[in-house]
Amino acid sequence: MIEKTVAELSAALRRKEISSVELARLFLERIDKYKDLNAFITVDADRTLSQAKASDERLARGANNPLTGIPVAQKDIFCADGWRTTCGSRILSNFVAPYNATTVDKFNQAGVVCLGKTNMDEFAMGSSNETSYYGVVKNPWNPALVPGGSSGGSAAAVVARLAPAATGTDTGGSIRQPAALCNLTGLKPSYGRVSRYGMIAFASSLDQGGPIARTAEDAALLLNVMAGFDPRDSTSVDEPVPDYTQSLNNDIKGLRIGLPKEYFSQGLNPEVMKVIESAIAEFKKLGARVVDVTLPNSQLAIPCYYVLAPAEASSNLSRFDGARYGLRAKDYTDLMDMYCKTRAEGFGAEVKRRIMIGTYALSAGYYDAYYLKAQKLRRLIAEDFRKAFEACEVIMGPTSPTTAFKIGEKSDDPVAMYLSDIYTISVNLAGLPGMSIPAGFAADGLPVGLQLIGQYFNESRLLNAAHCYQQATDWHKRIPTGFE
Amino acid sequence: MSLTREQVRKIALLARLHITEQESIAYAETLSRILGLIEQMNAVNTDGVAPMAHPNEAGLRWRQDAVTESNQREKFQRIAPAVEAGLYLVPKVIE
Repeated sequence: MIEKTVAELSAALRRKEISSVELARLFLERIDKYKDLNAFITVDADRTLSQAKASDERLARGANNPLTGIPVAQKDIFCADGWRTTCGSRILSNFVAPYNATTVDKFNQAGVVCLGKTNMDEFAMGSSNETSYYGVVKNPWNPALVPGGSSGGSAAAVVARLAPAATGTDTGGSIRQPAALCNLTGLKPSYGRVSRYGMIAFASSLDQGGPIARTAEDAALLLNVMAGFDPRDSTSVDEPVPDYTQSLNNDIKGLRIGLPKEYFSQGLNPEVMKVIESAIAEFKKLGARVVDVTLPNSQLAIPCYYVLAPAEASSNLSRFDGARYGLRAKDYTDLMDMYCKTRAEGFGAEVKRRIMIGTYALSAGYYDAYYLKAQKLRRLIAEDFRKAFEACEVIMGPTSPTTAFKIGEKSDDPVAMYLSDIYTISVNLAGLPGMSIPAGFAADGLPVGLQLIGQYFNESRLLNAAHCYQQATDWHKRIPTGFE
Repeated sequence: MSLTREQVRKIALLARLHITEQESIAYAETLSRILGLIEQMNAVNTDGVAPMAHPNEAGLRWRQDAVTESNQREKFQRIAPAVEAGLYLVPKVIE
């Protein structure tokens, strides 16, 4: 059963080969057995099993959603009523959410069973899962390595078969990079496609929730439930949601794939380059055509992002003040001291750094030089994509410049850590959909992810291309040793 | 550009973060390095470029001015650090 995809489990549930309760038990046992991976922050077996029981009743009545009864792990950034929701932070260590994120509501309505809340970089600020207050997550391919971040717990859980699929969020690569480093299929939808309501905010103009799964088909099934207009999110886009599974098998003959030369230059590990080139060759065999495109402002994406994301974060995280929920410092003299000590004790080093960078960039006298300048660059970066898409339908390249790195290797050097998102960040700045799919293995035996970037609101095309590739290859079926 | 310890202390105060003298030295160093990365932005001329605040520039929606949420004060206050008579308690701010 642990080898089955979500699509296969859905069929098995309907054929009564297994019940939702049995499935939930099976994965809960594995979560416990492999708890050294530290993939989960909160597991609540009673709550999970009671959801599974309710889903079994719905299945017996003939539920019509393919996800009814399927257990899914939730990134601990999504508020779920009655579940502790920490966002990887000490400041929310005692926070039991009093309401559901829209994504959680939608999953509940579909009868999806929540397996628990997965570990993550604190407030999604990180690319290695090392900034979590709840400890680093180990990469199932090699426990000395990071799983990527910030959705590192979700990725580790899915590749280790502790969950058939999981949710993630992606502000600068936090779905795609861990998917790449763990050999999974991760999709960051277009900005506005998936509601951000109840998804704890990091950088509101960049954040998007999306699925982390093993196959494009599974990602399509999850996106079918997650996507859609939500009046509770002021940036949600009121566009109909197609059935993403319907276009998976469309012929990709004649698909024009744009290869940006900036994604194949300095900084890209030659081993990763080799794998990406052979993946592109496979797409050519499937009938796709390759065209050269250029994204001349790519190198500016990181500096631009590290103004905009911290600026938005410094504002968003001002709500954590110890007054209404979450941690409050024990000793303080007055209100100001309560705020300052609560935040000093509650936030970790990386979160504090970003709050301070953002505060500085927005402070009087510096706004034009930093925030306004970054917003202008953001326009140039988005324009680069618009022009590139005149010549192609999908842009491809590496997701991450390297394979998974060692725990501790970059944790003392924020700038080195930031560079691991060099290929993913510009996609968030432009608001486009992006995907990472398993593309092969480097000589060190570690997985490499191929990134697919699509036109605004054209998730279908990405899922279609990814699915066709997965029909012709089996990289996505490889499992780390010891987790079979 | 490099930040002084004095600037770091000022930023920390604006951000409502208590930092020790020792931490201000460390932050001055790491924040300066991050600002060094950020200043690569200056390599590009952006004169006449319209700033982009958001990928979705269609503008914000209006909604009906109607009550859509119910009062859940008790539920929300159950997770508060300190409440009394339906009010959130914080240190005295007016003498």
